[in-house]
Amino acid sequence: MKKIEVKGVTKIFGSDPAKGVELLKQGLSKDEILEKTGMTVGVRDANFEVDEGEFFVIMGLSGSGKSTMIRMINRLIDPTVGEIYIDGENIVEMDKEQLIQTRRKKLGMVFQRFALFPHRTVLQNVEYGLEVQGVAKEEREKKAMESLEVVGLKGYEHSKPDQLSGGMQQRVGLARALANGSDILLMDEAFSALDPLIRKEMQDELLQLQEKLKKTIVFITHDLDEALKLGDRIAIMKDGAIVQIGTPEEILTDPANEYVANFVQDVDRSKVLLASQVMRKPDVVTTWKDGPRVAARKMEEKGISSIFVVDKDKKLKGLLTIDAALQAIKENRWVEDFLVQDYHVTSPDTPLDELITVAAETKYPIAVVEDEKLLGIIVRVSILAGLALGKEEMNGQ
Amino acid sequence: MNYFYLPLEDWTNTFVDDWLIPVLGPVFDVIREYLLIIISVFESFLLWIPAEVFTILLTILAWRVAGKGVALFTLIGLFFLGSVDLWEQGMQTLAIVLVATLFSIIVGVPVGILSAKSDKVERFVRPILDFMQTLPSFVYLIPAILLLGIGIVPAVISTFVFATPPAVRLTNLGIRQVPTEVVEAARAFGSTPWQMLIKVQLPMALPTIMAGVNQTIMLALSMAVIASMIGAPGLGAEVLRGISQINVGMGFVGGLGIVVLAIILDRITEALGNKR
Repeated sequence: MKKIEVKGVTKIFGSDPAKGVELLKQGLSKDEILEKTGMTVGVRDANFEVDEGEFFVIMGLSGSGKSTMIRMINRLIDPTVGEIYIDGENIVEMDKEQLIQTRRKKLGMVFQRFALFPHRTVLQNVEYGLEVQGVAKEEREKKAMESLEVVGLKGYEHSKPDQLSGGMQQRVGLARALANGSDILLMDEAFSALDPLIRKEMQDELLQLQEKLKKTIVFITHDLDEALKLGDRIAIMKDGAIVQIGTPEEILTDPANEYVANFVQDVDRSKVLLASQVMRKPDVVTTWKDGPRVAARKMEEKGISSIFVVDKDKKLKGLLTIDAALQAIKENRWVEDFLVQDYHVTSPDTPLDELITVAAETKYPIAVVEDEKLLGIIVRVSILAGLALGKEEMNGQ
Repeated sequence: MNYFYLPLEDWTNTFVDDWLIPVLGPVFDVIREYLLIIISVFESFLLWIPAEVFTILLTILAWRVAGKGVALFTLIGLFFLGSVDLWEQGMQTLAIVLVATLFSIIVGVPVGILSAKSDKVERFVRPILDFMQTLPSFVYLIPAILLLGIGIVPAVISTFVFATPPAVRLTNLGIRQVPTEVVEAARAFGSTPWQMLIKVQLPMALPTIMAGVNQTIMLALSMAVIASMIGAPGLGAEVLRGISQINVGMGFVGGLGIVVLAIILDRITEALGNKR
């Protein structure tokens, strides 16, 4: 069964939302409606489904309606029209009591600016959801401690939120959402307020957690890299409408329209990544004293068909192919005479996009060289991996 | 500019004489009776407790809440009140201030909460607050005397009228200042409106609300002299006597007594608001 189903949801902010819906039906754009009536179209005719255990990312720039969208799932904002089913029940039609129960039992939420209660300790923050349900103090403290442990904050339970760093505060936010034991996590730009290193750490940890917990996650972000990294599927929003839903691969390789294409191009990894970030350590390098037999054996071991040759100072001398090495053995001559020089040399700070065509044409690895020294090699696989995984992952290796 | 004559004066008099006093008179009699009981409980308690005990207790409170400096000032200030032979008057003024403040909080904080929760209520309440704060207090002293007679009860009610607005305004402000995301978080985890108010909004608004209470107390004290014009006893009456007898010393000593009380109450309530 689908965990969340969103059907024909529209939100108009303004004095006469019904009229706004009418105008939308007539095909007017967001800007035209704003100009004509002064009303803002928050979300227009959104339709999507989220499977149980799926990591669903909604991505869009500010003003795209993504924050409004996520707030309609737990009805912090009421939709103007449309239906939203949580476990098959339409949350839009629930009365106050049902809504409160659904929020308590089924929906956890994590906020961009953490939204912790500053007057409560970390533990009291985490147990808040259970407290409002009337769970006994002992039990709720036990559950809160468990979820604090899950996010790695054991020992901080009696601190006040303002004594913690941003990353730790957001862990409290996450623990608070987990403590209820709800299946669905709504995460509104949960990592956007964190600095890049902490953000990456939190992303990794969330992915690890998700492996274990298998929650249904709806995650909002304005960052395509984050969306690609986290999402099983991604919905891209623009001007209140969802323009494409697909897996990260589909979004990258098959953008639904020009807007998505521009977006994908804007964060084109090939322009961001440098040669030094995707190169790998040269697998094996025969020093000058190694004879052709050693070179041949190393190539055989590593399963490669060519190897770079450097001298004692790591200065690049040339490339030895397996054929040449065998020839040298047969003729019992110095390796030097058989070195190939028609490989491609590049500097460490060359953008990746300049290397893509080279990598496609050359039959040898690209040598990354600085001051004549061989720093690393780039093969076609490294370029593809770099494009798919991104800068941080490559650096992490 | 008198193109036509607006007989507002006559209307007001007719309203007060023919409707307000006959209709609401009995109601105000009841109010007067109960208020008198509450005030005399406060007053007799403050006068019953020995000055030395009161001084020690208040000094300890000041020390615990606001630190050494304020405690020292409290000690010296209360000694001063005793030494100029104004202890009784000081306690009478304190009783009026405390009762008026109590009512200001009981009425002001809930009204502040309501106006924070509803823009309609806020729009309705705001002009009333402006009216209460800017209308010269003598104007409502007159009907207060007509309805409640002379004495301590109309003094407390006039003080209440004058001192309540900051309690309302700052409660309203404090609750509205709670960040939207925090309120959203409380809602998202399934709080009822009441839980939201008690567990999130009021605790977070508390420092601001306490600033309002502090202002309320200050305004109540500043009404002491005016209230004594309709018969309230205390330090204000002392000042008034000094004025009517052209006795500068008497007025000065009474006035200084008010200042001493004001500083003690201000520092202690201010520290209460900032504590945590």
